[in-house]
Amino acid sequence: MNKDGLNNKKKVSLFKRSMSINIGLILVLIMLVPAIFPQFISTHSYTEVSFEEMLQPPSSEHLFGTDNYGRDIFSRVVWSTRIDLTIGVLATIVPFITGCLLGLIAGYYGGWIDDTLMRILDIFMALPFMVLVIAIVAILGPGVRNLYIAIWIVGWKYYARLVRSEVLLIKNSEFIQAAKVLGYSNSRILLRHVLPNTLSSSIVFAASDVVMCMLTGASLSFLGLGVQPPIPEWGSIISDGRAFISSAWWVTVFPGIALIILGSGFSLIGDGLSDILRTKGR
Amino acid sequence: MLNYAFKRIIQIIPILIIVSILIFFMIRLIPGDPITIRLGPKATPKMVEILIKKEGLDKPIFDQYIIFIKNLLRFDMGNSIVYHIPILVLLKKRIVVTLFLTLFTLIFSVVISWPLGYLAGIKENKIEDQIIRTGALVALSAPQFWVGLILMILFAVSINIFPVGGWGDTWLQHLRAIILPAFTQSLMTAALLARNLRNGVVDILKMDYVAFAKSKGLGDKVIKNRHIIRNAMVPYVTLIAMRAAYMLGGSIIIETVFALPGVGALMIQSIYGRDYTVIQGVVLIFALAVMTVNILTDLAYAYLDPRVRLE
Repeated sequence: MNKDGLNNKKKVSLFKRSMSINIGLILVLIMLVPAIFPQFISTHSYTEVSFEEMLQPPSSEHLFGTDNYGRDIFSRVVWSTRIDLTIGVLATIVPFITGCLLGLIAGYYGGWIDDTLMRILDIFMALPFMVLVIAIVAILGPGVRNLYIAIWIVGWKYYARLVRSEVLLIKNSEFIQAAKVLGYSNSRILLRHVLPNTLSSSIVFAASDVVMCMLTGASLSFLGLGVQPPIPEWGSIISDGRAFISSAWWVTVFPGIALIILGSGFSLIGDGLSDILRTKGR
Repeated sequence: MLNYAFKRIIQIIPILIIVSILIFFMIRLIPGDPITIRLGPKATPKMVEILIKKEGLDKPIFDQYIIFIKNLLRFDMGNSIVYHIPILVLLKKRIVVTLFLTLFTLIFSVVISWPLGYLAGIKENKIEDQIIRTGALVALSAPQFWVGLILMILFAVSINIFPVGGWGDTWLQHLRAIILPAFTQSLMTAALLARNLRNGVVDILKMDYVAFAKSKGLGDKVIKNRHIIRNAMVPYVTLIAMRAAYMLGGSIIIETVFALPGVGALMIQSIYGRDYTVIQGVVLIFALAVMTVNILTDLAYAYLDPRVRLE
């Protein structure tokens, strides 16, 4: 391969890298519109029941058709965007912060703090994410609030692990030693020097974790343990459509597509970020 | 290796004990009591009292835990509060279903991801790679319960190749019943595996030993089998094992969607029915399964990668 060929290849892949982040951002921004302004986009009320219009197929009046109560699916899908997006983001942020802080402290101080955290992690790692989340929601009772609590209790484990292993890698590097020699306080070293250098893999993980949390929220609502009626949520609309899949496919199909669009947006952003990280690490 | 395996198995015990304590006490925080639910609205207080005594629910909670552990050591998980039969009997049939589902999911995942991931890797950034990566991305963002329902509409309702749900009675029926759910569950794992393999192959192709093998004049086939595949296997197998643990959790949803009588579906039913003892048993079984998988992963890792030393 000649030199030019190599350069070209590099250019192409750099272009593509920013491409996946760009497309991801566009998808997320598109979905932000119904999330912020559902009242301007929806064509009907999301709770309006109409028994004359039960299970109508998609038409110009009802873009995505109607469900078994004659409610407009399009409007319900639009109004769901906000709650699903909020679940994805809120359920990711809290474990991100607690997990990173715990991993940081455990990795930096070591000793019994680290041992204790690792033993707790062992217990959390012994159960699949979904099993733990469902068990906790079962104990606390169904509902969005408890869904958040369950994911917050379980989700931090990944971040703690990631940050801890990164801290162990850089703990003894020269710039940390230098900061110590300069007499900086532990909290200053931790927050200003260690933390910024250990966050990148957690940030990449967080982008895909948003998708994971959103899918978990939708799955639990599908099972009847998450968002409760009459609030529309993509997973619970799909669950409504389940009884009618042989006669009214539209109830099930459209909310799933909305989930895929928003999910792909975040996945693309995560993908682009991890590509950048991969080349940086090489 | 044997020593290491033994040591790891010993390490499981304290974790299992803590998990059992946590789950035992937490489950009892669930609002609503199973006796009232089982007897229905017509139950008199007297009936409730008799049944509570019979099930040992009147004893102090600590004593209940000790009885639970004692029985557990004799492989007795107690009786289901709702169904009245030993939990192990209840679990036995269901474990087969869940294992069957997991096995087929793994097979589908490997069959889908191996050729696609490899192809994407050797065609880095070409059109094949782009298509496979996009496909993987969409598969990762799609909710499994939705994919399951869509496949059901396509292959069970529109054209009647597979049953809409259920498990059937004969092995042939089981086989037909398992294909759609296993395929549904495999998509996400296949996407992750294909992606991982693709990145692995891309990295390996840039390694000096591949260039060296080429300059030695080795044929493409030899390089592929001995150098690329062998090295790409290590992270691939680790990821498969990690996903196997995850699949056990996913089985809760897939089994509910396809009405498969597996362990996951049992957990959901027990939660709705507040069947404490069964939830407890299921969670312990899940924990045991995950930890077993984790140990097997580490052993497989050491076997495939001679650089890994087990202590």
